[in-house]
Amino acid sequence: MRHTISCLVRNRFGVLAHVAGLFSSRGYNIESLTVSKTEDPMFSRMTIVTIGDDSIIEQIRKQLGKLIDIIKVIDLSDVETVERDLLLIKVNAQPGTRGEIIQLTEAYGGRIVDIGPKELLAELTGSEKKVDSFVRLMQPFGIKEIARTGRVSMARGSTTG
Amino acid sequence: MPGKSKSNPKPTSKRAKPAQTSGSKPLTGAAVIVECLRMHNVEVVFGYPGGSVLPLFDELYSVRDIRIVQPRHEQGAAHMADGYARVSNKPGVCIATSGPGATNLITGLLTAYMDSVPIVALTGQVPTSLIGNDAFQEADVTGITRSVSKHNFLVKSIDELALSIHEAFHIATTGRPGPVVVDIPKNIQTALFDGPLDPPIDLPGYAPNYTGNIRQIERAAEMLNNAKRPLFYVGGGAVISGAHEEILKAAEKAEIPVTMTLMGLGAFPASNPLSLGMLGMHGTAYANFAITHCDALISIGARFDDRVTGKIDAFSPNSKKAHIDIDPTSIDKTVKVDIPIVGDVLDVMKKLVPLLKKQERTEWLKTINDWRKTHKLDTPKNEMSAPTVIKTLHDVTKGNAVIAVDVGQHQMWTALYYGFDRPRRFCVSGGLGTMGYGLPAGIGAQFALPNEEVWTICGDGGFMMNIQELATLASPRNKELKLKVMIVNNGWLGMVRQWQELFHGRRYSQVDISDNPDFVKLGTAFGIKSEACTEYKDIVPAIERARAFDGPYLIDFRVKQEENVYPMVPAGAAVDKMLFYPKQPELL
Repeated sequence: MRHTISCLVRNRFGVLAHVAGLFSSRGYNIESLTVSKTEDPMFSRMTIVTIGDDSIIEQIRKQLGKLIDIIKVIDLSDVETVERDLLLIKVNAQPGTRGEIIQLTEAYGGRIVDIGPKELLAELTGSEKKVDSFVRLMQPFGIKEIARTGRVSMARGSTTG
Repeated sequence: MPGKSKSNPKPTSKRAKPAQTSGSKPLTGAAVIVECLRMHNVEVVFGYPGGSVLPLFDELYSVRDIRIVQPRHEQGAAHMADGYARVSNKPGVCIATSGPGATNLITGLLTAYMDSVPIVALTGQVPTSLIGNDAFQEADVTGITRSVSKHNFLVKSIDELALSIHEAFHIATTGRPGPVVVDIPKNIQTALFDGPLDPPIDLPGYAPNYTGNIRQIERAAEMLNNAKRPLFYVGGGAVISGAHEEILKAAEKAEIPVTMTLMGLGAFPASNPLSLGMLGMHGTAYANFAITHCDALISIGARFDDRVTGKIDAFSPNSKKAHIDIDPTSIDKTVKVDIPIVGDVLDVMKKLVPLLKKQERTEWLKTINDWRKTHKLDTPKNEMSAPTVIKTLHDVTKGNAVIAVDVGQHQMWTALYYGFDRPRRFCVSGGLGTMGYGLPAGIGAQFALPNEEVWTICGDGGFMMNIQELATLASPRNKELKLKVMIVNNGWLGMVRQWQELFHGRRYSQVDISDNPDFVKLGTAFGIKSEACTEYKDIVPAIERARAFDGPYLIDFRVKQEENVYPMVPAGAAVDKMLFYPKQPELL
C-alpha cells in the first residue's frame, strides 16, 4: 500500500542523507521524495511516498521519528489531503502536431513554457493521477524528457505537520 | 509551528560551569574541546594522534586533569571507550585523526551502537577549504559513520563547536544511549573563539519518553497477577537503566522466575533461585522451555532479538506479552506484543512493583525445577575443557571479577558459567559479535575501575585481532593496568568450526588456526608476565598466580580442541528444539 509521509525536519547539513540512508539501510522503498524550505528557516519539510504493509509503515514512521533531526512525522495516508505533483515535459512537436499538443496542454490546465522548432516544453501541476494521465496522452507524440517533483502533500483543515 | 516535545525527559547530561568565562582571552578550538570535556566530567580519553588532530593533541599535551590513553590501533581506542562506558555508566571518549584513523573506529562504533553504549568519538578532519577535494587523509566521516552511530556532526564553523560537543554528549547519554561522532576540521581546531562555552542545547526533534503510560503499566500488572506461569525476560535495557533492585523486588514479591539475555546478565543475580540464566540460541534448556511454556511474558528492556526468539511463529506461542522499552522502534519489530510500554525501565518498574500482588507460584516453579534437574548445566571434570576453565575462574574469583569477553564459544561458556550477581560487571559484544573486542574492552574497564579485579577472556582467534593492545597493557605509562588475560586456546575458530561440524558435514573451511604463535613468548615480548597452562591440576594455581601478581598477567590455557557449546538452538528452529550433548544431533 502506498503511504505519503510528511516530515518536519531541521534545516541542517546532512538531514536528507540521514533519511535516504535510513531507507536504504533498512531496505525500505522510496517511490518519491521532495524536500524544501518552510515558513520557518530553521525547518524544512520532506514528503516521502513509500510502499509497504502496515507493520513496515509503522516501523518506517518510528525509525524516522528516532532520527535526531526529524521533528515530526505524519502519515498523511490517514487524513484528508491535497496533493500535487509538478511536471516539466519536453515533447516532439512538428508544425502539424504542435497545435494539438498545445490544445491538450491547455485542456489539462497546463502551460507551454518553451517552443522550439522540433519540440515543446510544457508545465503541468496536479494530482499524481492527473499528471500520469497527461504523460500517457503525450506518449504517442514522442516524449523527449520528463522531470517531476514527486508528490507534495498537505493535510486539509486544521491538522498541521 | 513545529510540534512541541511531549515528554518530561530526565535532565540533560550534567554540565559543570566552564572554568573560563566567555569574553576573556579567546580560546582556540582545541582548547574549547578540552574545556567542553571538562564540563562533562571526562576523566579518561582514548586517543591516537595524527595530522588532522595535531592541534587537539598539542592542547592535550599540557592537560593534567584528564588521563590520555594511547592505544596501538584506533579500533582499540573505540573498544576501550566502550568497555569503560559499560562498567562505569559514563560516556566513553575516543579520539582519532582523519581518514584512516576515523575509519578504523567504525567497527568499534557499530559494536557500541548495537549494544546501546554511550560513546563520544572526536575525529579530526581536513581543513574546511579542502573538504570534498579528495585531500590527503580525507574521508567522508559523517557519511561513513551515519549508519554506525546514533548521530553525527560535522563542525563547519568555530561557532558550532561547543554546541556540537554538548549536543553529542547529550544524545550519547540519554534515551537509548549510543555512539555519537563529532568530525572537527583542523582549521576549526586552530580557530579562535570568544563566545559562550555553554550555549543551551536545542534539539526539538529529540525527546525520549521516560515515563511509561500508567494505564499500560496497570494492564501489565494485571496480566502478571492473573498469570499461572509468568516470566521476566530481562535485557540490556535493564542494565542501562539501573533497574536491578526493582526487578529483584518484583520477582521476589510475585515469585516470578527471571531469564536474561546475553546483554541482561547481571541485571538479576545469577545465584538467586529464581534465576534461569541466559535464554536463546545457547541459553539454558530450562530458560528456553520456560519461555516456550509461560502464559505471561514481560520483556524488561529486551528487544526480542533473533538469537533469543528462534523461529518466530513458534516463539512463546501461548503467552500474553508486555514489553518495556525506551525505544519505540524495538516494540512490535520482530514479535508482536499485547501491552507495549514505551519508557525508561527503572521508571516503569518503580510503578509496577506496588501493583504486583504478593503471591506464590509453587506449581510453575516446580515444573521449572524439574527441567533444571533433567537438563543440568555442567562442565566436564578433570579435563582441560574450556567451560571447566571458565567455571573455575568463576569459582576462584567468587563471581566478583569484572569480565570482558571476546566472541565465540568461550563467550557463550562465559555467559553460562560465569554467573554475575551484579550489573555492569560484564563487557560483551552482544549485538555485533565483534572478535577482537575482549582485550581492549578489558583495558577500558580497568581504567574505569582501577581498584577492581578485571579479567579478559579471549579465544585464540579473537585474541589475535587486537593483539597490539598488549603494548598498551604493558606500557609503563599505564601503571594502573593489572588486567588478567585468559586465553581459551583450542587452536580453532571454535564457534564456526561447531557450525561446520553440525551443518556443513565437518568441512572445516579456514577454521584451523593451530598455527597460532606461542602466546607465552608473545606476551613476554610485549613485556607481560605470561605462562601456559596445559593440565587440569594447574588451572587453579595458574589463576591464583595471576591474581596475586601486581600487574598484567597472561595465561594461555591450552584446552581440549573440539568441544561444542550445548545446548544449541539451530538457526531457524524453535527455541525448545535444542541440540544436547552428547547425542548426535539430527541435521535440520
